[in-house]
Amino acid sequence: MNAPIHKEHAELATEFVHNRERAKWHDSSLWFVRQKRDRQTHSIPEWEQLRELAATIKRHTLAKLPQYLEEFERNATRMGAVVHWARDAEEHNRIVLQILQEHGAKKIVKSKSMLTEECHLNPYLERNGIQVVDTDLGEWIVQLRNEPPSHIVMPAIHIKKQEISELFHDKLGTEDGNNDPTYLAGEARTHLRQKFVNADAGITGVNFAIAETGGFVVCTNEGNADLGVSIPDLHIACMGIEKLIPRARDLSVFTRLLGRSATGQPITAYTSHFHGPRPGCKLHIVLVDNGRSKIRASEDFHRSLNCIRCGACMNTCPVYRRSGGHSYSTTVPGPIGSILAPNRDAKSHGDLPFACTLCGSCTDVCPVKIDIHHQLLTWRKELAIQKVVPWTKRVSMSMAAAVLKRPWLYALGGKVARVGLRWMPRWMIYNGLNKWGKQRDLPPPPAKSFREQFRSRSKS
Amino acid sequence: MATAKDEILGALRKQVPIETPALPEVLEGDWIRYADPITQFSNLIAAVGGSCFVVAGIPDVVAQLESYSEYKKAKRVYSQVPGIETHFDLNSVASPKDLEDLDFVIYPGEFAVAENGAIWVTDKDLKHRVIFFITQHLVLVVPKSKLIHNMHEGYKRLSFEEPRFGLFVSGPSKTADIEQSLVIGAHGCRSMQVFLIDG
Repeated sequence: MNAPIHKEHAELATEFVHNRERAKWHDSSLWFVRQKRDRQTHSIPEWEQLRELAATIKRHTLAKLPQYLEEFERNATRMGAVVHWARDAEEHNRIVLQILQEHGAKKIVKSKSMLTEECHLNPYLERNGIQVVDTDLGEWIVQLRNEPPSHIVMPAIHIKKQEISELFHDKLGTEDGNNDPTYLAGEARTHLRQKFVNADAGITGVNFAIAETGGFVVCTNEGNADLGVSIPDLHIACMGIEKLIPRARDLSVFTRLLGRSATGQPITAYTSHFHGPRPGCKLHIVLVDNGRSKIRASEDFHRSLNCIRCGACMNTCPVYRRSGGHSYSTTVPGPIGSILAPNRDAKSHGDLPFACTLCGSCTDVCPVKIDIHHQLLTWRKELAIQKVVPWTKRVSMSMAAAVLKRPWLYALGGKVARVGLRWMPRWMIYNGLNKWGKQRDLPPPPAKSFREQFRSRSKS
Repeated sequence: MATAKDEILGALRKQVPIETPALPEVLEGDWIRYADPITQFSNLIAAVGGSCFVVAGIPDVVAQLESYSEYKKAKRVYSQVPGIETHFDLNSVASPKDLEDLDFVIYPGEFAVAENGAIWVTDKDLKHRVIFFITQHLVLVVPKSKLIHNMHEGYKRLSFEEPRFGLFVSGPSKTADIEQSLVIGAHGCRSMQVFLIDG
């Protein structure tokens, strides 16, 4: 196995939980969002029906994806937009740069788009002399800190307000030691207003693109996407090819699911429907593959493309909540990211399907009913076949298989353990070889095995 | 050389077909309805940080607005609601940048949705749609008869046949990006008032 280019999830998670108080705070922040989500979903009697409809619409769309992509291009063009196609991240970045250069645009305001994060658009544009400002408050904070978002909906969920206050004091000259969120957000508003007014172009992501009408929908709470594309003459919308839905009416299902699942809101504050450019302005739409068609070819994993990026699986995941988004070393972290990333590079992200307890909570909350934990289990099998799991895991698994295949060996092992655990000194049980016992004690061994108890019971 | 479009579509078409379920009916259904949609809607607007007033007509809207100190102090007000005074003609404004100091926008909402407190507005007959986002305060006026129960009824009313911008707006702009503390007034409006009027 090649050495991964970044630290493994378990290692980064160990660093994260080292600060217990902070790890606890992170866990409860996300659980708070999960609880808000529950209150919202329980207020809708037809919630399960909506999930089923959304899953069916997405499955249908994925099956007929080439047809809907062409229909979307045709209708978007008819509305006055210019549609581009990009095979990969590099081609996407090149197209965006070329559009900006053709318009002489130097100053860009960008609203949240996980796709442009995935393509590393910001550093590419900056290398080419273009200034990009991320305008979502959370994304701007992580941009100022020169780090990636740790969550797809709440990019700065891992950062404390004291740290934001220090960052703003350092970069913007705000009051030293003023940690009030209202004050800090107000300062950001004032600062970014100037960026909006002076921008040459606005870049947005896309939440849903409608094949039948050639339009698309962008959802935000801050109003940053709308402000960013209502002032400059140029709007570039970047989207993965899986963002399509067939009909405008399908939004009646998705707009009910998205906000409730994501942040526990009945709907996002702004749900904007774009059809064509503003009069006298330009609208470009970039359709990006970047590995998506490869995932679609996989019978095991193509359902992961139905994801609408609400983040509910992250908020509920016991591993994500306790290890933080950065421990995943991918643009999309958490359960869904752990399915997507190994598709891109199994060697580098093969640790992620193991960063999971298989509890299934992600599958329970997914608004489009992706069987997330089943796919993670399938990945483990696939990674073992591809031999990209570490040798320690492979050796211990084959040893376990050898024991479980032989009842006499299993019984013997049990006997040895029952006696040994009682009499062995602590250092012989709790050492580097026993990873399970790192933070917890084994239960006291029973006097008799289950089989012995069962036998004596059936005799009496 | 094959274009990116040809290559992407070609790759997708070569793949083993995925089982295709039929597209389901989404508009008709046993969707949530409220015994008192006005109360449901008002409560939701309050929950998302806005205010909702149920009044008889435009004179009541004006009276309510005039009771606000922000409105009385406002230097620049744009109204597209007949009967409510506007300070200027939007068509005479050359660039959206010239609207940076907008204090109040008063605008007609086409319909309002009880289940989530969303109001549909469009840029029909509107030169600069930036007014929805750049103004400090947004006031929307919707006839009571245009209050519907759920989003399915909403999309039944919508068609997108021409280039047009349309928006479901629900409450003032907000962010919780600093430690999940809700802050009203992120980049868009700092306050939102909705008036449900007779008719």
